[in-house]
Amino acid sequence: MSAAPLHSRTPPPDVFRPRLALRRRLGAAFAAFCLLLTLGALGVLFVLLAQVLLAGWPWVSRKFIANMPSVLTPEQAGMKSAIYGTLWLAVLTGLFSVPVGLGAAIYLEEYAGRSRLARFIQFNIANLAGVPSIVYGMLGLAVFVRWLRCDRSVLSGALTMSLLVLPVIIIASREALAAVPSSIRQAAFALGATRWQTVRHHVLPAALPGMMTGIILALSRGIGETAPLILIGALSYVPFVPGGPLSDYPLTSTGLRQWLSTALFDQFTVMPIQIYDWVARPQPEFHHLAAAGIIVLLGVLLGMNATAVAIRAWQQRRRT
Amino acid sequence: MLRGALRKAREAAIHGLLLICAAVSIVTTVAIIAVLLSESAGFFKQVSPLDFFLGTRWAPLLEPRSFGVLPLICGTFLVAGGALLVAVPAGLATAVFLSEYAPNWFRQVAKPVLEILAGIPTVVYGYFALVFVTPHVLKPLWPQTEIFNAASAAIVVGIMTLPTICSLCDDALRAVPRSLREAAYALSATKLEVSTRIVLPGALSGVVAAVLLALARAIGETMAVALAAGMTPKLTLNPLESIQTMTAYIVQVSMGDTPAGTLEYQTIFSVGSTLFAITLAVNLIAHRVLRRFREVYE
Repeated sequence: MSAAPLHSRTPPPDVFRPRLALRRRLGAAFAAFCLLLTLGALGVLFVLLAQVLLAGWPWVSRKFIANMPSVLTPEQAGMKSAIYGTLWLAVLTGLFSVPVGLGAAIYLEEYAGRSRLARFIQFNIANLAGVPSIVYGMLGLAVFVRWLRCDRSVLSGALTMSLLVLPVIIIASREALAAVPSSIRQAAFALGATRWQTVRHHVLPAALPGMMTGIILALSRGIGETAPLILIGALSYVPFVPGGPLSDYPLTSTGLRQWLSTALFDQFTVMPIQIYDWVARPQPEFHHLAAAGIIVLLGVLLGMNATAVAIRAWQQRRRT
Repeated sequence: MLRGALRKAREAAIHGLLLICAAVSIVTTVAIIAVLLSESAGFFKQVSPLDFFLGTRWAPLLEPRSFGVLPLICGTFLVAGGALLVAVPAGLATAVFLSEYAPNWFRQVAKPVLEILAGIPTVVYGYFALVFVTPHVLKPLWPQTEIFNAASAAIVVGIMTLPTICSLCDDALRAVPRSLREAAYALSATKLEVSTRIVLPGALSGVVAAVLLALARAIGETMAVALAAGMTPKLTLNPLESIQTMTAYIVQVSMGDTPAGTLEYQTIFSVGSTLFAITLAVNLIAHRVLRRFREVYE
């Protein structure tokens, strides 16, 4: 009696069955599923932008940028005070946070090595980056507004915002410093340069474009941030720009100083808060205003990001 | 001689100055903790911590007053959990597609475009939830949806955390050594099997860390939630109802005219401390997981 022909025997259940066709089909289905979700995520961005543009574009005009906000007549409302507030806030935040952030990054990357203190600071910065922005608002409220008596001013806002963007600036600048090849440092040391001379004349120039990119992205995050400013008491209805028009002051250095000190301690609003106020109102006219405000805000952010991308591209071209 | 000493002094001064800059971050942390602790201490003198953490009714502004924080925590986790439900599958699938399937040019285009989603201010997402997601997506599907609801907030918070998850998962997937993939292919595994049984388990701790970091961000998210989820603290799991999160409550009090120093005012610090403690815990776990992951492959 010969054994049954090999091919007619059904294999026992524990033997490997390739089932290649089925597995290939499953694989293709999975790939399609992943592609679909990826395109879906990109599609959401498209829908969001389309919604904003459709609702807001007819409302964007010269009047909208030049007029003060108005509660009674949405047709006449503008966001001049919010644009000026954002400008003031961004410039002051940059002035406060960039020097400190760069200093901290240089210390951690060039001076501290892997000491216990450096690792602790690093761990601390990583955690600060994860603290919700609204908690920074509480810090600003308690320290700058009440304790230092800066009140609900542009200055309080800028100081609070500086603390918020500081971890982002430090992390980005450190990456830029770490990307500088260590041979450059060694060459400088070999010629007898001190550590600061090495950093100042060789490492910093090489890392500068990368740092600029990081700083611009950090500041653009600060511009879009709303919650901490609501806590320190930025108002949603401000019919004046900080300090008032510069032409109200005498054209002397005292006049300029007066203008600056008035502006620093003036109440203010910023674009995201103005938008929040408009969205929160039930009337549809205000929703159109909000969409128009979003277009202006996104335009500013897009400009900043484009600058950052351009710097990065320029730097890559220079390297090759 | 003199020049050498001068130079040394200058170097030391610069070193000190830089150290002070770095110390600002420590001062910030200490200040945050000090402010939250001292302000909530005043609150807990008048309200017992037991009532605060276990109470099921939150009505600090209305008589009869009640300070149970559970409804706010419930609202926060309803939104954050819903956000993860949106962001984790989509973010992970996108990451798998970008790292395992997509051609290089597609990756180069898709990654920066996805990053734009993370760069859009959160107040814009609040607008999107209120004027698009609720009336044009949720209402047609479930007519009983309220104008302010947890689901629309969860969806937009999910969208804004998607790039975080996608980019961190992508890094984790690409860190899995090529040799592991090649070994699996040599055993005639298909691409699906390599992706899900070799690469994904290999990158698991990176994926877990990404999810935790996104969770912390969703818990702390403020403006979109304040606009879309409503202002009615409620102990519910129904995402179509109006609820209130911890962050939205803090915004509500700050926008109103509650005088400083009153008990109502101090509630924002006790709620803020709770928020801070929760996000800090999630972040610490995430960083620990991430560090372990780095040790494996480096």
